[in-house]
Amino acid sequence: MLDQSQGYVTDDGRKIGGVVMEMKNITLRFGGVEAIKDISFDIREGEIRAIIGPNGAGKSSMLNVISGFYHPQEGEVWYRGRKRPPMKPYQVARQGIARTFQNIALFEGMSVLDNVMTGRLTHMDSNIFRQAIWKGRAEREEVENREKAERIIDFLEIQNIRKTPVSRLPYGLKKRVELARALVSEPSLLLLDEPMAGMNVEEKEDMCRFILDVNDEFGTTIALIEHDMGVVMDLSDRVVVMDYGKKIGDGTPHEVRNNPEVIDAYLGVSHD
Amino acid sequence: MPDTFYFALEVTVNGLMAGVMYALVALGFVLIFKASGIFNFAQGVMALFAAMTFVGIQNGQIPFAHLINAILGTNIHYFGWKLHSILAIVLTVVVMILLAWAVQRFIFRYLVGQEPIILFMATIGLAYLLEGVADLMWGADIKKVDVCLAEGTCLPQGINAAIDEATFNLFGYGFFIDNLDITATIVAAILVAALVAFSQYTKQGRAMRAVADDHQAALSVGVSLNYIWILVWSVAGFVALVAGLMWGAKSGVQFSLSLIALKALPVLMLGGFTSIPGAIVGGLIIGMGEKLFEFFIGSAIGGATENWFAYVLALIFLVFRPQGLFGEKIIERV
Repeated sequence: MLDQSQGYVTDDGRKIGGVVMEMKNITLRFGGVEAIKDISFDIREGEIRAIIGPNGAGKSSMLNVISGFYHPQEGEVWYRGRKRPPMKPYQVARQGIARTFQNIALFEGMSVLDNVMTGRLTHMDSNIFRQAIWKGRAEREEVENREKAERIIDFLEIQNIRKTPVSRLPYGLKKRVELARALVSEPSLLLLDEPMAGMNVEEKEDMCRFILDVNDEFGTTIALIEHDMGVVMDLSDRVVVMDYGKKIGDGTPHEVRNNPEVIDAYLGVSHD
Repeated sequence: MPDTFYFALEVTVNGLMAGVMYALVALGFVLIFKASGIFNFAQGVMALFAAMTFVGIQNGQIPFAHLINAILGTNIHYFGWKLHSILAIVLTVVVMILLAWAVQRFIFRYLVGQEPIILFMATIGLAYLLEGVADLMWGADIKKVDVCLAEGTCLPQGINAAIDEATFNLFGYGFFIDNLDITATIVAAILVAALVAFSQYTKQGRAMRAVADDHQAALSVGVSLNYIWILVWSVAGFVALVAGLMWGAKSGVQFSLSLIALKALPVLMLGGFTSIPGAIVGGLIIGMGEKLFEFFIGSAIGGATENWFAYVLALIFLVFRPQGLFGEKIIERV
């Protein structure tokens, strides 16, 4: 059972810390349609948190709320113990929340290395004049950022395509490059929108391994959306289940799996 | 070697240098179009505005003097100073940055995500507005650009003559190459090299390329679109200043200067709207092409081919290679 106040220890012995992000009674509407209805949940330091649910359940909308692409009409977003005012996506990114997209959003015209380097933009402090002169701090920063980028590229095993333009890569590798770009910013919260969507079995296994490795090696807190129940159950520490914009379950994979409402939602049983 | 060969060579060289001037204008279009998808019809007027501002600041003209005099009944026109060209350029750049900020803040901030045609119409409006503001600020009379490039006043005395002599005596044939064209070529080369270095190696340049490639992805790595758009308009303003000074030095700063934008259109169709190398190569091809065409074929069909050659060439390109030489090929999937 979870100790809600102080964090918990997972089955495989990893220590999960305090709350990093807390969503309180979030409601999001598009015109008359309620995409998210009064949902609350938290994400804890060091855990892999999954959001699952059938098509159109509002999972991606929830991720977009966290990353600032959507702004909820009601509810509060608490990040690192502070209530977050409405923010633009780039401001959220600068706060240390990195994300990937369901339909890959990479810079197609750039090489893999350049794409990964853009992930370091939030860590470059030197101003435009220093950059223009290109001495001292600006140069040091570039070297440092390049080292970090190379380390992530090695970690995700994409060294051999470093210089390849992204537009030429197959789908599975693009997904991995996108993960690299998010990861290189050393995020305190990493959001993955269907990281395994459209992949074959082998690619899925690779991606699963990388997600686990990232969490293990860097201690990155990860929130991910996934369709595939099996994958989610293997990967995540805690799962939020959504259906038609409502939260119908929250807990460990084991708890969720045995939740009758969740079973109904996935098997399509009607409620009269 | 027969004289015709040298003459053709001279025509080619002069054509290439005229092409550099076209490329300078086209460059401003490409920068803004790449980063924001806005086809900036006002680029030509920006060149005019920049050149007029430069001359005005340099000569210590009081902005809006006519307006102030009409309202307050005063009779002021000049501050009474004559600034060094470099200082005047720096001040003009500041004005262009302010303009970039204003354009973003008061126009395009409200048009984010609109149809391209609406953005385009907004730039047409901007063109007329800016032309009116330029008129009000600095007056409508034709001005002479007195930068070092026009008369060689900045260069040590004698260099101009030396260049003249060197080019004149090349191959023992009386070459004529305008010094202004040589300067323009050098300045354009430096400008392009600086732009490339900026976009490849600096944080802002990387962010600029990111925005040009994918807005959503750029946001997700912490790039503020608004900041980048102001930056891009500023850079385009700077390019417009350089183009305005070059053209102004050649033919005086006058309102017809804004029409150089029309000459940039065929350059863009040749080079592709999204390619900086394309703008340069396109400019060179058009510049050289129209001079050589006039030289070889012009006399046979009654001359004055320079007026239409560029547009006809662009038309041919539109039929056979609509994305231009370097543009991204557009593939529609069904």
